[in-house]
Amino acid sequence: MHNQNNGTITKSAKTDRFQHHDYYGVDELLTEEHLLAREAVREWVKQEVSPIIEEYADKSKCPTHLFKGLAEIGAFGPSLPVEYGGGGMDEIAYGIIMQELERGDSGIRSMASVQGSLVMYPIYRFGSEEQKRKYLPKLGSGEFIGCFGLTEPDHGSNPSGMITNIKDDGDAYILNGAKMWITNSPLADIAVVWAKDEEGAIRGMIVEKDWKGFSAPEIHGKWSLRASITGELVFEDVRVPKENVFPDVRGLKGPLSCLSKARYGIAWGAIGAALDCYDSALRYSQEREQFGKPIGQFQLTQKKLAEMITEITKAQLLAWRLGSLANVGKATPAQISMAKRNNVHMALQIAREARQIHGGMGITNEYPCMRHMMNLETVLTYEGTHDIHLLITGMDVTGLNAFK
Amino acid sequence: MKFLVCVSKTPETTAKIAFSGDGSQFETSGVNYIMNPYDEWYALVRALELKELHGGSVTIINVGPASNDAVIRKGLAIGADNALRVNAEPNSSLYIAKQIAEHAKTENYDVIFCGKESIDYNGSEVGAMVAELLDLPFISFANHLDLEGNLATVSRDIEGGIEVAEVETPIVVSAAKGMAEQRIPNMRGIMMAKRKPLSVVEPFDFADLSVPVHFQLPPEKGGCVYVDGENMDELVRLLHQEAKVI
Repeated sequence: MHNQNNGTITKSAKTDRFQHHDYYGVDELLTEEHLLAREAVREWVKQEVSPIIEEYADKSKCPTHLFKGLAEIGAFGPSLPVEYGGGGMDEIAYGIIMQELERGDSGIRSMASVQGSLVMYPIYRFGSEEQKRKYLPKLGSGEFIGCFGLTEPDHGSNPSGMITNIKDDGDAYILNGAKMWITNSPLADIAVVWAKDEEGAIRGMIVEKDWKGFSAPEIHGKWSLRASITGELVFEDVRVPKENVFPDVRGLKGPLSCLSKARYGIAWGAIGAALDCYDSALRYSQEREQFGKPIGQFQLTQKKLAEMITEITKAQLLAWRLGSLANVGKATPAQISMAKRNNVHMALQIAREARQIHGGMGITNEYPCMRHMMNLETVLTYEGTHDIHLLITGMDVTGLNAFK
Repeated sequence: MKFLVCVSKTPETTAKIAFSGDGSQFETSGVNYIMNPYDEWYALVRALELKELHGGSVTIINVGPASNDAVIRKGLAIGADNALRVNAEPNSSLYIAKQIAEHAKTENYDVIFCGKESIDYNGSEVGAMVAELLDLPFISFANHLDLEGNLATVSRDIEGGIEVAEVETPIVVSAAKGMAEQRIPNMRGIMMAKRKPLSVVEPFDFADLSVPVHFQLPPEKGGCVYVDGENMDELVRLLHQEAKVI
């Protein structure tokens, strides 16, 4: 049973038979808390996400009732301090939570990534004490939904070219401009928005949904992340009180530090989608028979499965090492770029191969592969495209900037 | 009020069960373990609900080796206040019950909970044994429990109906489905569990009365034989000669 926003969607009786795959014993590198967190979020996903996700994706509806559940389980800002609505966990725990959510669906993981890494994190990191006290507990408890506005219709990979701007007007700034591809925006109570001031410096601010001149129309027609709601942010002479602007941060490092946090979560999250596809394909290959034997007995199926688990194992080790670096504040943005790029591409390839193993059934919503595959097309592009992350690695190793 | 919840660690429900070649031991490699669901979903959660209603504390007890700590920690993450592990490798229900009773006899618990059975050995014995050892009333397979002062109202399914019992605490109760609903621990609970006390005590000396000598898997299920409805002679022949039931 769900609330009124969900129309007639009820839980499917089909059981989520997912089992974890840990070929290299990476679990031995994890702590008791990590394993407990994984078990808890996995259980929550099996109970709350898996039975409804195919139908929400099919109908292109956002399961908004899950925001409350995500808050209750502690998926919003798990690595932020408890006193600000977070969970006080380490970065590996945060990654594991994202992995388990994305095992359910990239759209559900996106709901949590945005709330935690792109809304709560910047307010925690750059906000005044008043801003933190006013907004963080409500965001952590799911009472408020937040969104993050950086990308513009004409400025995606090049955010420094943004035209959204603020002008000083005494005790407030006047905000004008538009943002595009904003996860959660049509539902959001607040938006963390980045805009240029009159000196051309990028500033961050918290904009509330009821303020005059602010609207957030929904973007329709997505073939990807269909269970996640996406929209625009439109600002027409919105008065933003000065106390809602982040006091000290200037320039792109503000929004980019949030993106590093979210990209880190995606590097883990993508493993979840890959594991779900692999798990489904492995089981299908053992149950489906052709020519009088299970298709898993054919060499070409084994090749696919063997390559999948190899790539998943590499991605797990990459994510674990990145998490260990992040725990001591040593994960560089370029290292995060490498992991995001590698793991998302890995997951997308696995979704495609897994879909093939399922044969014709693979294109239906009886199995999760095609939904993951379509979702991952977005994940490949958002939070820094596949190509841009490659150039970040290129710049990091050569010292030469390909963007200029 | 003081509540004690007895928990055991069991293989997860999808684990492939195998025994060593000579049948003397359960093959543990590749098996994932969980807290016995009857202990976790029903016994522990009802104890927590009663604590939330009436105040008091919830203690978890487990008889087992250090590798059981992860399961105990989950109970603390769900909300128990503290835990005790009796450091032993038990071989029988009586051994476990003796250890639990030895701890409980001086602690004045109002209600001692256990699950109605563990999903591995399905013995349903420990609760009854603990009650007997402590000379307390025992209500098995309970699916509802309310407390009013020291009066407990407990109901249990019986053939064709429901039996409702009133009993004065202290009592021992084994919890069945319906007693409560599963609680998934949240991240804050998991972090708090790290700081909750989990004490380990050595077992009190007790010579076990039984030891398992051999395990074996049930025979594989045979296929179905379909007999034409018209062919009664064949049906009778199969029942008589193959199944040997008539």
